[in-house]
Amino acid sequence: MTASTAPLTRRRRMFPAWFRDVLSRPSGAIGLAIIVVHLAIALLAPMVVPYDFAAQDSKAMFADPSAQHWLGGDHLGRDVLTRTLMGGREAILVSTMATGVAVLWGGLFGIFLAFAGRFVDEASMRMVDALLAIPWILFVMLFVAGLGTGMGVLIPILGISYGLSIVRIVRAAALDVVTRDFILAARARGERRSVVIVHEMLPNVLDTLAVQAAMTWSWMLLGFSSLSFLGFGATPPTPDWGLMIADARSAMMVSPWPVLAPMIALSSLIIGINLLSDGLAKALGVDRMKKSAV
Amino acid sequence: METRPDVIATDDLQIGFVTRAGEQAAIVDGVSLALRHGVSLGLAGESGCGKSTLLLALMGHAKAGLSVTRGACRFEGRSLFEMPEAELDGLRGKRIAMVPQNAGQALTPTLRIGAQIDEVLRFHTDLGPAERHERVLDLIDRVQLPTPAELARRYPHELLGGQQQRIAVAMAVAVDPVLLLLDEPTTGLDVTTQLRILELLRDLADQSGTAMVCVSHDIGVIARLCDEVAVMYAGRIVETGRADDVLVRPRHPYARGLLASIPRLKTGAVPEPIAGRPPTMGRMPQGCRFALRCDHVRDLCRAEVPPLRPLAGGAVACHFAEKLGPWQRPHDLAATALAATDHQPVLWVEDIAITYARPGLFDRFGMAGAKPARAVDGVSFTLEHGEVLGLVGESGSGKSTILRGIAGLWPLDQGAIALADGSDLARSVDERPRDVLRRVQLVFQNPDASLNPRRTIREILARPLAIYHGLTGQEAAPRMAALMADVRLGEDYLDRLPSQLSGGEKQRVAIARAFAAEPEIILCDEVTSALDVSVQASILNLLADLCASRGVACIMVSHDLAVVRAVARRIAVLYRGRLCEIGPSAEVALAPRHPYTRALVGAVLEPEPGQAIESGAVIVEDAGGGPGGCSFRGRCPRAIPLCAKTVPDLVALDPAHAVRCHRAGEALA
Amino acid sequence: MVRLIIQRILSSAITLALLTVFVFFAVELLPGDTCTAYLGRDAKGDRLEICRENMGLNDPALKRFATWASGALVGDFGVSPYRNKPVSEIVGWRMRNTIVLALSASLFGIPLAIFFGIIAGIRRDKPVDMVLSSTSILAMTVPEFVSATLLILVFSISLGWTSGVVTAPADAPIGVLLGSTILPTVALALVFAAHILRMVRSSVIDVMESEYVAMARLKGLPFRWILLRHVLPNSLLPAINVIGLTVAWLLGGVVVIESVFNFPGLGRLSVDAVADRDLPLTQCIVLILATGYIVTNLLTDLASLLLNPRLRTFRG
Repeated sequence: MTASTAPLTRRRRMFPAWFRDVLSRPSGAIGLAIIVVHLAIALLAPMVVPYDFAAQDSKAMFADPSAQHWLGGDHLGRDVLTRTLMGGREAILVSTMATGVAVLWGGLFGIFLAFAGRFVDEASMRMVDALLAIPWILFVMLFVAGLGTGMGVLIPILGISYGLSIVRIVRAAALDVVTRDFILAARARGERRSVVIVHEMLPNVLDTLAVQAAMTWSWMLLGFSSLSFLGFGATPPTPDWGLMIADARSAMMVSPWPVLAPMIALSSLIIGINLLSDGLAKALGVDRMKKSAV
Repeated sequence: METRPDVIATDDLQIGFVTRAGEQAAIVDGVSLALRHGVSLGLAGESGCGKSTLLLALMGHAKAGLSVTRGACRFEGRSLFEMPEAELDGLRGKRIAMVPQNAGQALTPTLRIGAQIDEVLRFHTDLGPAERHERVLDLIDRVQLPTPAELARRYPHELLGGQQQRIAVAMAVAVDPVLLLLDEPTTGLDVTTQLRILELLRDLADQSGTAMVCVSHDIGVIARLCDEVAVMYAGRIVETGRADDVLVRPRHPYARGLLASIPRLKTGAVPEPIAGRPPTMGRMPQGCRFALRCDHVRDLCRAEVPPLRPLAGGAVACHFAEKLGPWQRPHDLAATALAATDHQPVLWVEDIAITYARPGLFDRFGMAGAKPARAVDGVSFTLEHGEVLGLVGESGSGKSTILRGIAGLWPLDQGAIALADGSDLARSVDERPRDVLRRVQLVFQNPDASLNPRRTIREILARPLAIYHGLTGQEAAPRMAALMADVRLGEDYLDRLPSQLSGGEKQRVAIARAFAAEPEIILCDEVTSALDVSVQASILNLLADLCASRGVACIMVSHDLAVVRAVARRIAVLYRGRLCEIGPSAEVALAPRHPYTRALVGAVLEPEPGQAIESGAVIVEDAGGGPGGCSFRGRCPRAIPLCAKTVPDLVALDPAHAVRCHRAGEALA
Repeated sequence: MVRLIIQRILSSAITLALLTVFVFFAVELLPGDTCTAYLGRDAKGDRLEICRENMGLNDPALKRFATWASGALVGDFGVSPYRNKPVSEIVGWRMRNTIVLALSASLFGIPLAIFFGIIAGIRRDKPVDMVLSSTSILAMTVPEFVSATLLILVFSISLGWTSGVVTAPADAPIGVLLGSTILPTVALALVFAAHILRMVRSSVIDVMESEYVAMARLKGLPFRWILLRHVLPNSLLPAINVIGLTVAWLLGGVVVIESVFNFPGLGRLSVDAVADRDLPLTQCIVLILATGYIVTNLLTDLASLLLNPRLRTFRG
């Protein structure tokens, strides 16, 4: 990105420059690889797993890893490998969709606030601050207590909850861009407000939003799994990492694999997403540490 | 007569870093210099030439990522980079001291001023606490700051910029070092403050016989302060010698180009740019590093590095130094460069006042307690067809605010602004018809901020063409090509992003964007202050040409009187939001009538040594005058009781020249 | 400065007020009410009516909000229909236990985090920093219930050093409680200590690269002196706010951690309350923990206000 070293003409390539930059960094490349593997497993698992995820086999109860059951069996004699491979499907689906909700409403509302009048902005930010005072898990649980659980409840509620901090960050980023001279120049030129927002400001805010989206995705995954662990997320007998860990915990000393396998799967995906967002932040020049400290 | 070794000497010093590609790149490359006790040396050169890195090396310090790859640096014969850390600490602050570029950043925010000076004494003297305290107060007094006891208890942020710089000087001279290193000691300060700091440094050095090395991009500062000069280019010294030799009779083509690119107040010459730009670090040409930009280049220059060889008392690194012929100072071209004007006003500004309300974010933190001050108060002037009007003042004088007011980006409290056909400009941009917007264009100070980093040059230039002239797509292409040619950029630049351009090139794009509208009036807000002098010269030339050839009138705002003098037909001087003098460029620059203008003119440092300081040039720092009366009276050497009572009117001395001073009519002392 | 303090306190009060409104009306807007939640969504007839009568649900919403909010001010959060006891009575001891857990985690985690953060900052990119940084990133990314479960697996099951679950009742004396709080404390501290460590590290690095530290070096001051007088005050000042935010944020972490260890605190109680669909109890816990967040934030903000000369000397 430095002056004078870049080629004089921009050739069209398969990937945009920022994406190649992400891939050129170890964190970005490794992170993306981990995520791709996980997504592939989630998509293909139903076709390749050796057993039915709900099939109980009393002989396999607490079984150690063997040729039949590579990762052994759980307390009901279900195949741990099968359940681990399937266990990310709901978590990935919910966290991805909820991230979409969060980014969409958080991004749009944040940009809206940056341009809204003083009163609307001030009042809305007060409300956002108040809501951010509620730990996210309790925010979600308050609604689960009233509405019960299920994807239809969790996706919007998780999206709204995590979108609150995106509102804050995007608004701050937009306000920062708004004071820059090129926005003033556009106004002085007589550009319409919509042009100023879409043409001049948005490209500069999208960087921040992209990094924030990646981070939100990892928090969302963590959040959904925590809810599952507590019994408010996925419902049995759906194989789900959080739920599997909670179920197998009591028998941990007898057979650790039913706990360890989903732990490794979940943690590796979260670490992968974090690595990617780190690479993304570096490639786009967004200071991840400072933004996340808000 | 003396056998003392040189106070500081470098021998073939090379300081470099390893690039991302793994190559060695040298920032300072093969520099040898020697400085005797009590002598002051100025390191001149443009940004990126390695002068600051060299200066830090003289203290045995290399910035993170940099290392000495060859040669040595010796202080009184002892090699600094081979010294144990503890021994080096014993020299730093005691024998060698540094005055940093920006004292505001170089003072620790959580420590009181007194404590920060005291540290130096604590580790470099044997004084007890009480003696140290006394010494601290004495030092604050020595740098001519009032009320030392009270000041010592303050935190850095409670001081003004000039005061912070003085404290940095006090810290540096606390234990009488033999070598004082100055890193752009006055950059960022107002000119009147700059002059006082330089006088202080000169006095302190003279009193104690301290040797100095001063780095500055401003040759005027070096001319004022230094006995000897070394001119650096791309990591090497290209010419060195006595200041009154090098700065008056430069021999190296780069030194000549550099001196010719500096605008001069006295002659008003339009500065001459140096073509091209310096080579990139790590990709140095094989022979002379200036060969690519040199008018006298021959084959030998491209093949062989010219050694720095003695010549007429100094030394020059040029193969053909003797054959270049005598150098002629740029002479007075001002009169020809200025476009003729038919005296038809194109813009009226009538008694405007603007209040500078702090941006909304501040009052969230409760910082809106202070009453909003008038940034501009009762300013009136007209702009004539095709003329360049210079608007000069120190920071906070309201000069940029006036431009924003005219551009409709800042609301007026009162007054009127109108174009020749009566179009009202007292309204904000949102209420102006598109054609009125087109006729007034603004160019910002910093192109990094005024060009959208995410848009290509083509996209940036497309907007005004589309908005004002309805040209889009292929229709716009020829116009775009013509614009790029006008600002002397190749068409291949159109598909680049701003980050791929140099500072000067970016500013050209910003100028092209303004001229794309085909305006009647161009408003230039400090458009060259972020640029090196040689680039500044090219931008000034470009603007002057474009305005003259198109009959566009221009208001040029700058803190630098010499810059304005080079291109403006008339100059208006602002102090605290009021016009205090307006008149023809040469009259204001050579025979100023307002005491503030006199101070401003006297504080301009011409790049030649031996200038006498004119009486009235050194004015006290701002003491604040209280409400009512002339706002300059607190600093004015000619103030009379009347000045505290009534605000003087702007009185016309002749049809073209007006002054706001009660004593304007009197003969100057 | 007094102005700033008053402003800060006022703004916290407003936030708290808004929060109260939200916690009440969020439940109000949901389909159903306390009684349908308790009796099941399809409940109807006399039982529902009696329940509603008892809970005062037939009054207009604003009146009930006034009753609820004014009760909350003096610690009266109404009655839990499921447990048929005053909410304040159920919450009492558990609140103390959560405070004990949060305090011991803070006292254990914060000093360690700051210490190692400083080490990592001044030894940037050296082996020490690499180890500390990667450990803290790992601790930040791995979910709390995973790290807590691993702690039990290692220290309780494999090594048998301490018991994995808390068996003490909610009203156990502090001494007894503390004895079984070690693992929950470590699990809780691990997560937020990692955040604080990263923050302190980057803050120290920023300050080490500042012009004033470069200047202090060029003044020939010893490194230890520079560290104590120039680096630490300036790098820890901005960290105070983040420490406040992180500690406050840990209040959300207690829900999971308390559940893993069966710790008798508010977090564990909130899980039960939600499982039982006990709305008054849930509302009360949400409000208490959020108030804890606001108060912690207020205190750290005020602390940094008092310690930062830039703000302290501000005459507004």
